[in-house]
Amino acid sequence: MTDERVRKVGLANRLLTRPEFGAFLALVVVWIFFAIVAFDNNFVSWTTTASILNRAAPLGILAVAVALLMIAGEFDLSIGSIVGFAGMAVMLLVTPADAGGFGLPVWIAVLIALVITLLTGFFNGVLVMATRLPSFIITLGSLFIFRGLAVAIPRLMTNRTQLGGFEDYDSGGWAATFATKMELGGAKFDIAIIWWIAIAAIGTIVLLKTNIGNWIFGAGGDANAARNVGVPVAKLKIALFMMTALAAFIVALIQATQLNSADSLRGTLKEFEAIIAVVVGGTLLTGGYGSVLGPVFGALIFAMVQQGIIITGVDGDWFRVFVGGILVLAVIFNNFIRQRASKR
Amino acid sequence: MSDKILEIQNVSKFFGSVIALQNVSMFVRPGQVTCLLGDNGAGKSTLIKTLAGVHKPSEGRYFFEGEETLFESPREALNAGIATVYQDLAMIPLMSIWRNFFLGSEPLKAGPFFDIENAKQTTREEMAKMGIDIRDPDQPVGTLSGGERQSVAIARAVYFGAKVLILDEPTAALGVKQAGVVLRYIVEARNRGIGVIFITHNPHHAYPVGDHFVILKRGQILGDYAKDEVAIDHLIQMMAGGADLEQLQHELAEATGRSD
Repeated sequence: MTDERVRKVGLANRLLTRPEFGAFLALVVVWIFFAIVAFDNNFVSWTTTASILNRAAPLGILAVAVALLMIAGEFDLSIGSIVGFAGMAVMLLVTPADAGGFGLPVWIAVLIALVITLLTGFFNGVLVMATRLPSFIITLGSLFIFRGLAVAIPRLMTNRTQLGGFEDYDSGGWAATFATKMELGGAKFDIAIIWWIAIAAIGTIVLLKTNIGNWIFGAGGDANAARNVGVPVAKLKIALFMMTALAAFIVALIQATQLNSADSLRGTLKEFEAIIAVVVGGTLLTGGYGSVLGPVFGALIFAMVQQGIIITGVDGDWFRVFVGGILVLAVIFNNFIRQRASKR
Repeated sequence: MSDKILEIQNVSKFFGSVIALQNVSMFVRPGQVTCLLGDNGAGKSTLIKTLAGVHKPSEGRYFFEGEETLFESPREALNAGIATVYQDLAMIPLMSIWRNFFLGSEPLKAGPFFDIENAKQTTREEMAKMGIDIRDPDQPVGTLSGGERQSVAIARAVYFGAKVLILDEPTAALGVKQAGVVLRYIVEARNRGIGVIFITHNPHHAYPVGDHFVILKRGQILGDYAKDEVAIDHLIQMMAGGADLEQLQHELAEATGRSD
């Protein structure tokens, strides 16, 4: 398939047109920065690498789902609340009746909580599609609704907003599946990293290699045009809202098994962190353009900056300043290369 | 002369008290171009949407391939072989040509996987058949010119088995040269046996490609002429209704300079 009218575009140029390229470059720059600045603080080590990846994994899982949703042109601001809500749902269902819970066997509890969590995504999706309102507004509402429910229901039933002791009920190997640590180079890597890699791989394949991926790009690029050629835009978007809820559920399970508890406030601000990771990863805020790999890099940058600031002993208050700055820089940079790349 | 593939008889469309179309009849034959001419507000959009299955006619009859039909949705009309290419909704600029070409009708292989090689190859071949040279199917549609975009949309409709192609002002936003590109594909599509309904408010674009001309004015048919029955200046006069005659004559002078 050669055509004399296609000029050889250099490797650099082909990389430039990829949405994740800016994030990859930023990742390298941030790593080198800390490798120099924090070399004495042991930044280049198995331990620090493990800490970064362990931090990045839950955020990265959320970011993969949020990326697909955002490429399809919708926001989900409620995903952090759903993390708290889902964790609480699981714990409330397994907590014994005398402590105010339902006392169900753990696998039934997880199954019921999964269904309830998928329904939260379904609720978001249906509401957005039925009202035709911006998902930003609808999910801003559900951010408060699900957080409120995650606080109010456990308080009503158990008089607490933290429920512990998951390991006491765990008989089906849930902790082994979601909270195992793997030794490598003397450092402990969470199994959540494997989950993250698997989910990112599935996300990439779906986006780039299936017809559903093509629909996702189309729905985000121009929902009307996509509808005109027969893409089931509403069904697709509702399914994607349910996928973000599923990602939140997996993160909730990881946290419940790692920390042995659920807390009503868990996942707070995760919706914004996920959006930051996705946008830093080169996804267009208005949809229709982006990748799964980019948000993976975005989550890594986020965790790397966080960890770098912790180990260099810089006051943690500066973390947000850094992250905000990186976000703005990344968007400016991505915008610049996208325009440059598409013009040639 | 072959049979009419699509025909409407005495179609009216009302929106509340508004009469958008009244007693409109028109047809298209396979391998012919019916030009639908009308100024702004003539009811062109309503007529297109009625033909495309978006609106149901309030009165009148709709025939497709000789049988009376009533389409419930644009999708149904599309499945029957009536493809509509809208002026601004044709393509998604951020997506590559091949992704656009197969959006909503992706070829699959090995279960759920999009057959990408096949998609790229077919895109290139189909565009070549229409006489358009795409350089790189990975190019985003946004980097194509307006005329090329319309051409991709037309090629797509032809590939997916359109028997009737409804083109909504495909040349409206285009320069002279670009419009010429699109007009060539209209002729290509016609030569492949497709019945083309070409909506425009520009008689200079309609006249060279049209087989017959339907003039729509204020929701009614003002006339339906075969090409040999009517001259271009007559068409222009009927469309504009004698208004701004001086400007029209000026345009006419320009047009005779470049038509064919």
